[in-house]
Amino acid sequence: MEKTKEKKLILTELDAAEVGSSSDEVVIGIAPAFGEKLTKTIVDLDHVVVLRELMAGIEEEGLKSRVVKMYQTADVGFIGHAAAQLSGSGISIGLQSKGTALIHQKDLAPLENLELFPQAPLLDGETYRLIGKNAARYAKGETPTPVPTRNDQMARPKFQAKAAVMHIKEVKELDPEIGTGVELKVEFK
Amino acid sequence: MKRSKRFEKLDQRDVSKDGLINEWSEVGLIAMNSPQDPEPSVRVENGEVVELDGKQKKDFDMLDSFISKHALNIEKAEEVMAMDSVELAKKIVDINISREEILELSLAMTPAKIVEVVSNMNVVEMMMAVQKMRARKTPSNQCHITNLQDNPVLIAADAAEAAIRGFDEQETTVGVGRYAPFNALGLLVGSQVGRGGVITQCAVEEAVELELGMRGLTSYAETVSVYGTEDVFTDGDDTPWSKAFLASAYASRGLKMRFTSGSGSEVQMGFAEGKSMLYLETRCLYITRGAGVQGIQNGAVSCIGVASSVPSGVRSVLGENLIAMLLDLECASGNDQTFTHSRTRRTARMLMQFLPGTDFIFSGYSGVPNYDNMFAGSTHDVDDYDDYNILQRDLKVDGGLKPIKEEEAIKIRNRAAKAIQAVFAELDLPEITDKEVEAATYAHGSKDIPKRDVAQDLKAVEEMMNQGVTGLEIVKALANQGFSDTAENLLNLLKQRVCGDYLHTSAIFDEDFNCFSAVNDENDYAGPGTGYRISDQRWEEIKNVRLAKDPENIGE
Repeated sequence: MEKTKEKKLILTELDAAEVGSSSDEVVIGIAPAFGEKLTKTIVDLDHVVVLRELMAGIEEEGLKSRVVKMYQTADVGFIGHAAAQLSGSGISIGLQSKGTALIHQKDLAPLENLELFPQAPLLDGETYRLIGKNAARYAKGETPTPVPTRNDQMARPKFQAKAAVMHIKEVKELDPEIGTGVELKVEFK
Repeated sequence: MKRSKRFEKLDQRDVSKDGLINEWSEVGLIAMNSPQDPEPSVRVENGEVVELDGKQKKDFDMLDSFISKHALNIEKAEEVMAMDSVELAKKIVDINISREEILELSLAMTPAKIVEVVSNMNVVEMMMAVQKMRARKTPSNQCHITNLQDNPVLIAADAAEAAIRGFDEQETTVGVGRYAPFNALGLLVGSQVGRGGVITQCAVEEAVELELGMRGLTSYAETVSVYGTEDVFTDGDDTPWSKAFLASAYASRGLKMRFTSGSGSEVQMGFAEGKSMLYLETRCLYITRGAGVQGIQNGAVSCIGVASSVPSGVRSVLGENLIAMLLDLECASGNDQTFTHSRTRRTARMLMQFLPGTDFIFSGYSGVPNYDNMFAGSTHDVDDYDDYNILQRDLKVDGGLKPIKEEEAIKIRNRAAKAIQAVFAELDLPEITDKEVEAATYAHGSKDIPKRDVAQDLKAVEEMMNQGVTGLEIVKALANQGFSDTAENLLNLLKQRVCGDYLHTSAIFDEDFNCFSAVNDENDYAGPGTGYRISDQRWEEIKNVRLAKDPENIGE
């Protein structure tokens, strides 16, 4: 039996991202290497799956998603914070290439969040979809039950060195010349 | 290749799952002695440092500026810097040279110099130095109290048990950020049920954490982080000055606090400038010193997975604890994060601080099962209690803990669960049922307790904070509900922020709220028979492990 081939993720950079006017959107802020220099999370989950699931979750709740690539910071909290400032609903998702993610809100301090997913090895497609859904629910003014917290105390011994190497590669893609978020056209082909 | 059965067996060992890596100094994946580490140097002109570790003043980054202005004994710097590093290392290890005499020298060394001095020591020599150089004479211990569900009843019960087991400090954090005030509250109440005088912290975002402290829902702070390169510091939107300002905010409210650093963070965050973990960590310690902060949590801490992945990593981690002490800082010495699948490696790493004793041997022993540890796991957890207590007994070492009986644990857990139930009732917070109290009493971890309505709790948290609830409301709630001992303990704890005693270096309280710190419990170690020696009473406590049998009863 032939295995269905996963679609490719095509990110096209448009202009510098602007603040959205309509409240029916969630902005997904992504780190600078995402989908290009780095294409898989720390557990080799394809970025196409991650982004597709986040966007599907948002869509399932009836909202739109925008994807903005940040060139000024690779910190997941600051990415989420910047994306929240751009979001018409004030709700955003922050996402790094290694898979670490959070849900942010524009009035929170940069290192606060609505929900945090700090252990990227535990994040699978299903969880990303739940993250997308919850983000959309916050955007609609609802108070959803947070995505259930998961914890693996052996994630650090297994993955921390790899996380360091991946983040070093992420940080290399920062560009102070651009120094801001760039709106992306996202295609799955 | 036909496989050797012996090597196949080795492949199945726990240590085979660990992430070990070869050095890559260009990005800073190296514990000590990176080719990019600077040579020690200092030049002072007109009472100002104009050269620091190979850099001229015009090339100083903000860390160099801060350190050169605030963290060095400028009068003695040039004299001490000219001394031979091996000779200085010998003095530090020498039992006949006092801590005070060493501080005269160490506080005049630059970061690169102190690293060079300490790098001459092997781990045995470092441990000898730690015995002498830690700030407080009596060693102590800190634990983590958290759970997967952020359940406040379980936190209270766990805090009470941890208190009677001997932890003087307790730390919580959250799975869901908005639960922070409830976690802080559970920890506060539970700990004071266990015994008065335990101090508690809630590790969350800085502004939230400061507010919890100002309100009296916590009594100290620790996770105020500093970093060893400019890029990593500003990555978190901070500078040494902003962190010093935050430190003074705590001080202004009479609250104890320490900074947190820990080697490996700079390489973890992608901006290590090719320098070694120990050198960059040392810059963090100088920033701590310069900011006037009394102590540090270090020993790689959350980046231990990186530090321990490279050669001499665990040795380097002991080195950074020692450097903190050489800078006259309180040291909460790590051992608080998983880094290995191997029981052997985690015990060995822990022995480096356990054997000589530090201000807090663990800056986070997991007082909950590791699956509930929301710091993503500590080196030791509740299932290791007997092993740990027996190690104390085997080696006659005071590791800060004592064995307890099962009946004692059940009793205190139950009392704490009832106390938090009473506080919730008094403050009109979502009900804690008798079923929850019973479950928390006998629980191993959060798998053994009923789930709460999270959305309802989070709403109540927000209301509680908007109503301006402080520690005093908790005191009143406890008193009104008949928990007068606990109410008095909490009131005494709140009073300490007016006293100011526990702002001193390495301060802890006993159950009568006597404050022990580097000021009145000075480390006067000078070789065998001196310094901290286990008292008869304490030795009886340590010896009395529940697994030991009375020989009189055997076979009769």
